[in-house]
Amino acid sequence: MTAITSRLAGFDRRPWVLLSPALLSVTLLLVIPALFIVVYSFWLRTATGADQVTFSLANWREVLTDPFYRDILIQTLRIAALSTITCALVGYIPAYYIAYAPTRHKTLLLVLLMLPFWVSYIIRTMSWINILGVSGAVNSALLWAGLIDEPIQMLYNEATVILGLVHFLLPFMILNIYVSLDGIDRSLTDAARSLGCTGWQAFKEVTLPLSVPGLAAGSLLCFVLGAGTYITPMVLGGPGDAMFANLVFEAIVTQLNWPLGSALSLLLLALLSALVLVYSRFLGIDQIAKSFR
Amino acid sequence: MTLAWTAIRLGTVLVYLFMFAPVAVVMLLSFNANQFGSFPMEGLSLRWFVELIQNDAIVRAFQTSLVLGALTSVISTSMGVLAALAMVRYDFPGKRLISTALIAPILVPEVVLAVALLLFLRFLDVPRSFFLLLMGHVIFTLPFVVLVVQARLVGIRRDYEEAALSLGANAVQTFREITLPLMLPAVLAGMLFSFTISFDDITGTLFWKPGGVETVPTQIFAMLRNSISPEINALGTVMVVFTVALPLLGAALARRLSARMTGR
Repeated sequence: MTAITSRLAGFDRRPWVLLSPALLSVTLLLVIPALFIVVYSFWLRTATGADQVTFSLANWREVLTDPFYRDILIQTLRIAALSTITCALVGYIPAYYIAYAPTRHKTLLLVLLMLPFWVSYIIRTMSWINILGVSGAVNSALLWAGLIDEPIQMLYNEATVILGLVHFLLPFMILNIYVSLDGIDRSLTDAARSLGCTGWQAFKEVTLPLSVPGLAAGSLLCFVLGAGTYITPMVLGGPGDAMFANLVFEAIVTQLNWPLGSALSLLLLALLSALVLVYSRFLGIDQIAKSFR
Repeated sequence: MTLAWTAIRLGTVLVYLFMFAPVAVVMLLSFNANQFGSFPMEGLSLRWFVELIQNDAIVRAFQTSLVLGALTSVISTSMGVLAALAMVRYDFPGKRLISTALIAPILVPEVVLAVALLLFLRFLDVPRSFFLLLMGHVIFTLPFVVLVVQARLVGIRRDYEEAALSLGANAVQTFREITLPLMLPAVLAGMLFSFTISFDDITGTLFWKPGGVETVPTQIFAMLRNSISPEINALGTVMVVFTVALPLLGAALARRLSARMTGR
């Protein structure tokens, strides 16, 4: 009876009942809290460490004009961009191989590709200390071979931060490129070849352009995840390699300066959201969901 | 042509080596008998694993992570499955917006998500607690569950449900007898996914955890600050075995389940 009346009213309640726990959680745990960051960013921290309820632009002025923050922001974007580009260049090769190679190991390669997602981020990050550290694999090998007399300090610089990020982000990139390569109609490259293209030309003119959605989705994911990290720089970076999220962590957890931390995290959010918006305007957010199928 | 393929194959092997070699080294070194846990290896030993079990802080962190992961996976899978059902089975106004809202927690950088939730609870005068940690993990894993379950649900044909309905089953019976068994693999996948994500999480956890409470990743992180000890490698090995073996087990279970169902 209720079903009939609600259908007469042109309104089906059932999906909303199913959705309500999830939507309620998102609202309570994300949407409303996000509004609170906005409010907090206009508050002030008094000398005693308490929050002062007010409307002040001081935090914003500090965050937007202090060259210290600007430099770290630029550094963050640079590290994220370099990691993303490296991932794209390095990740295309295995993605192409899995999608097209005449191999019996396709399933195995795909399963292996999923494996890093199950191996903890912190473990993958710290594993590089065992490789590049003073008593790590590389130094031990070089010492053993007599090529060096004492261990080289290879860790704790921007390069190792990028290395750690690439190691963490690469599976996301490979998976996204693979999904888009796998969806390309094979007869298109065959047509190009039969019309006289070389293998390389067919790749450059047909396959590569058609895989751009995957490349773009992978790049967006890598960039956003890379630019928002603070663990990698803390584990693999030196004192000068802090990224923007480190500032947020420092302000909120160490200094307990909540208003400043709010302004900093909003700035990070604004930059990365702008990127996501531009992306979804041109390519649609659905591409990212595809890699879950 | 074959030369190109050889190059591509070589590149693929190198990239896979790059992805797995460091973790393999961690696992190798955790069996190292050398007292500094570094190269060169001086023989195999289980001493670091024994020390792990004897370390109260680590055992406690492990228990915390297990409980947190289990609760997260139950709560977020329940919500995620219901939401995914609504998204796949019904058409309603504002669906696109809802879809974005459901995956919003992974579109927002995790740091910002962490700060937002923390600030809100501070405003409500609620101190950091295990509950906050749990809520944080739930909201962070929800989108993954929704995406995974949605992807599986699309593959389940509507016909079976309609057949049951036309044979006189009501909506609840249809769900219990038809939809739920058919989507059990999807539910399992969602549970495993949210469990491992929660078990591995460190970015949000460092913000949310109350003082004195550690999960396995934050414990490893705290230990890293001193120096890299062989104990960390052993803990890493345990964690890898745990988070890799579990999904493989789950996948095998799911395959058996679906084999049994199609076998009927």
